[in-house]
Amino acid sequence: MIEKLRGYWKLFTVFFRIGLFTFGGGFAMMPLIEREVVEVHGWAKQDEILDIFALAQSVPGAIGINTAVFVGLRLHGLLGAVAALIGVITPSVIIILIIAQLFSQFQSNLHLTRAFSGVKAAVIGLIAAAALRAARGAISDRFGLLVAAFAFVLSAAGIISVVWVMVIGGLSGILYYRQRGESK
Amino acid sequence: MIFLQLFSSFFKIGLFTIGGGYAMLALIRQEIVRHGWLSPQEFVDIVGIAEMTPGPIAVNAATFVGFRTAGFWGALTATAAVALPSLISVIIVSYVWEKYKSSTTVQNMFSGIRPIVVGLVGAAALMVGTATFAVLDSVSHVFWTILLAGLTFYGVAFKKWDPIKLILATALAGLLVFR
Repeated sequence: MIEKLRGYWKLFTVFFRIGLFTFGGGFAMMPLIEREVVEVHGWAKQDEILDIFALAQSVPGAIGINTAVFVGLRLHGLLGAVAALIGVITPSVIIILIIAQLFSQFQSNLHLTRAFSGVKAAVIGLIAAAALRAARGAISDRFGLLVAAFAFVLSAAGIISVVWVMVIGGLSGILYYRQRGESK
Repeated sequence: MIFLQLFSSFFKIGLFTIGGGYAMLALIRQEIVRHGWLSPQEFVDIVGIAEMTPGPIAVNAATFVGFRTAGFWGALTATAAVALPSLISVIIVSYVWEKYKSSTTVQNMFSGIRPIVVGLVGAAALMVGTATFAVLDSVSHVFWTILLAGLTFYGVAFKKWDPIKLILATALAGLLVFR
């Protein structure tokens, strides 16, 4: 019982940390999650976390929350999922509750604006690094490179929804590797 | 009943957010303005705040709108509602995934999906970068943004620098250099 509670608490605190430092949305969060979940705590392997990111982007809900729920669920079942979920959203809830009351001061605070300009630069670097790190695990042949380029162009052009890009990628993977007669 | 309206609106927002990020802003805006919970100007402000504060934008918006319309319990109601679809959908998908992930077809499917994730994240980097540089108004700001973005990229992609420490460091650097 104590052991279980300790597991839930650990999930809560790790995802609280991740939630506290997630700026710029779910993509910028990927290196943080990878570091905490794979490198620091060993809760998932490198290739598993990539699949979790892929699934988190394909189902309803914000990416950060979905990833937290995936990891929590794998580790400690339903209550683990809830602990990770509450952990990842609590920092933003607290901060927004404070800001909602100090709205006008917050908006015009010069120091905050400057500090945030630095964080915005970091967010670009974080997302680009997330892409490169994912590429190392995800692209192993020419087909993979082609699929990644295809997704990049479609997504940057904003032509079709992410869901359809994922579906096309999944189907082409099934067809291509079956025809090659190898399982990857 | 305001709590019920908050719940159903933000549940809907959570449910129809797929792939995350900025696509959902239109839906949030529509729900919020339709109910008259915020004015269009206030909506623009909350988007700005959501970008500057940690956490998913949907959660930030839910907490803010819930608090504005029905106080603390309104904030909790809206936030729980926006997170609930994640819990349900991930539990279902996770169950199916664990059951079939060793099958060859599912393995091949993921071999096609993983590169897609690379492309999507790469495109996100391009879009966030473009949006950030578009509003910079001086050469020194451009210089510092390139430097800080480049350092973060290098540290996270090639070294094992802690992203959290990098965020703290860039915030501090921003305080000093963005004048």
